[in-house]
Amino acid sequence: MGKPKFAFYWCASCGGCEEAVIDLNEKILDLTAAVDIVFWPVALDFKYADVRSMGKGEIDVSFINGAIRSSEQREMAELLSKKSKTVIAFGSCAHLGGIPGLANFWRRKDIFERVYESVPTVKNPEHILPKMESKVDGYKLNLPEFYDTVSALDQVIPVDYYLPGCPPAPELITDAIDAILKNKLPKKGSVLAPDKALCDTCPLADSKPDKLSIKEIKRPHEIKLDPEKCFLAQGVICLGPVTRSGCGECCINANMPCRGCMGPTKAAIDQGAKGISFIASILGVEDEENTSDEDVRDLIKQIVDPAGTFYRFSLPYSLLKRKR
Amino acid sequence: MQDFEPNVVVFCCRWCSYAAADLAGTSRMTANPQFVVIRTMCSGRIDPEFILDAFAKGADGVLVTGCHPGDCHYVNGNYKTRRRMLLLEEVLEQFGIDRKRLRCEWISASEGGKFVKTIDEFIGTIKKLGPIDGIK
Repeated sequence: MGKPKFAFYWCASCGGCEEAVIDLNEKILDLTAAVDIVFWPVALDFKYADVRSMGKGEIDVSFINGAIRSSEQREMAELLSKKSKTVIAFGSCAHLGGIPGLANFWRRKDIFERVYESVPTVKNPEHILPKMESKVDGYKLNLPEFYDTVSALDQVIPVDYYLPGCPPAPELITDAIDAILKNKLPKKGSVLAPDKALCDTCPLADSKPDKLSIKEIKRPHEIKLDPEKCFLAQGVICLGPVTRSGCGECCINANMPCRGCMGPTKAAIDQGAKGISFIASILGVEDEENTSDEDVRDLIKQIVDPAGTFYRFSLPYSLLKRKR
Repeated sequence: MQDFEPNVVVFCCRWCSYAAADLAGTSRMTANPQFVVIRTMCSGRIDPEFILDAFAKGADGVLVTGCHPGDCHYVNGNYKTRRRMLLLEEVLEQFGIDRKRLRCEWISASEGGKFVKTIDEFIGTIKKLGPIDGIK
């Protein structure tokens, strides 16, 4: 039997997930020794036609990162789905929609209007907007469709496993590759990371008081964070309680609160709703019986952009999926 | 909009507002019947997930009811509910859902009349707002 065949592809993403593969450093040599990489547009010169000419299921594992925001990405995801035995959604964007998924708070027409017309440094007197078809000197040019709604990968094609994170931690990637090579992958549909909340593994867990009570909400740039003390105890929103661990606590170790890129644990359907729930329950309101809704609202208004904060990485995957 | 029959979900806590709904029934009070009641042990059990799920599945309005401040059977469950609902209102607005589609009201076990009045008022509000738009 020959070496297993791997493919890597990117959809709507920043390229950080590709970087995460490169960040395996010298281990990438072990990887290329153990497998054949048959498609990886960012690093190797393969064309779409090469994939199209492959047989059904010829690729053993496809790692697809990025959300689905255009018809080209959808087409490639569908093609790779057909040609692969196993599909792994790689990174937050493929897993939950990620940062590109925040576009679901707008409509395509609003995005086009902003980007191509109303940005102060843009001049577009002819109101030229991207079109799927245009004619130049008698030639017809085609562009992919820019969808109104961004989707996570498994909303477009069947996904076998999820590697969460923005980007996935190197240990999670090597563990996943080991599991593939040793044929020890867990049950299909699994997220290839521990199913514990980040607070469980957080190095600052011991500094968390028994009862958290936030009386004033601060954003990370408004306060000099104490690197030894639970961020929630300092009044800064940290999504550790509603986020899966396994990331290596890299943000916490860099003195930044968790932003939720690993997604929720199995216990939650909607990470944002759980975020709303836990933050509201630890807000500190004195003499609550005699406090009016307005006073409580004043404290709540200190949370800037709550939907963007709690759904930063999971909007397309949330219950409401997008703005109405 | 006259023919619009809204889908309204009413969450009631087991100790106060559900008992108020019961009282309204046994006292033969009448209310607009276009709602379904879901009973929870405490209004503090009403996870924002439940409400978002209701909206995602086509509810036009969600009414959350519980014990009056200071009366919670579990001491402070309803305070947490209030904070959650006030924060959820802000989030709903960002999702393009009118905050009036979510209402929170405190109804004690003896306030059957208030239960009926709240239901009628809320369904009236939702009828005025019209059906919630699906995902487009």
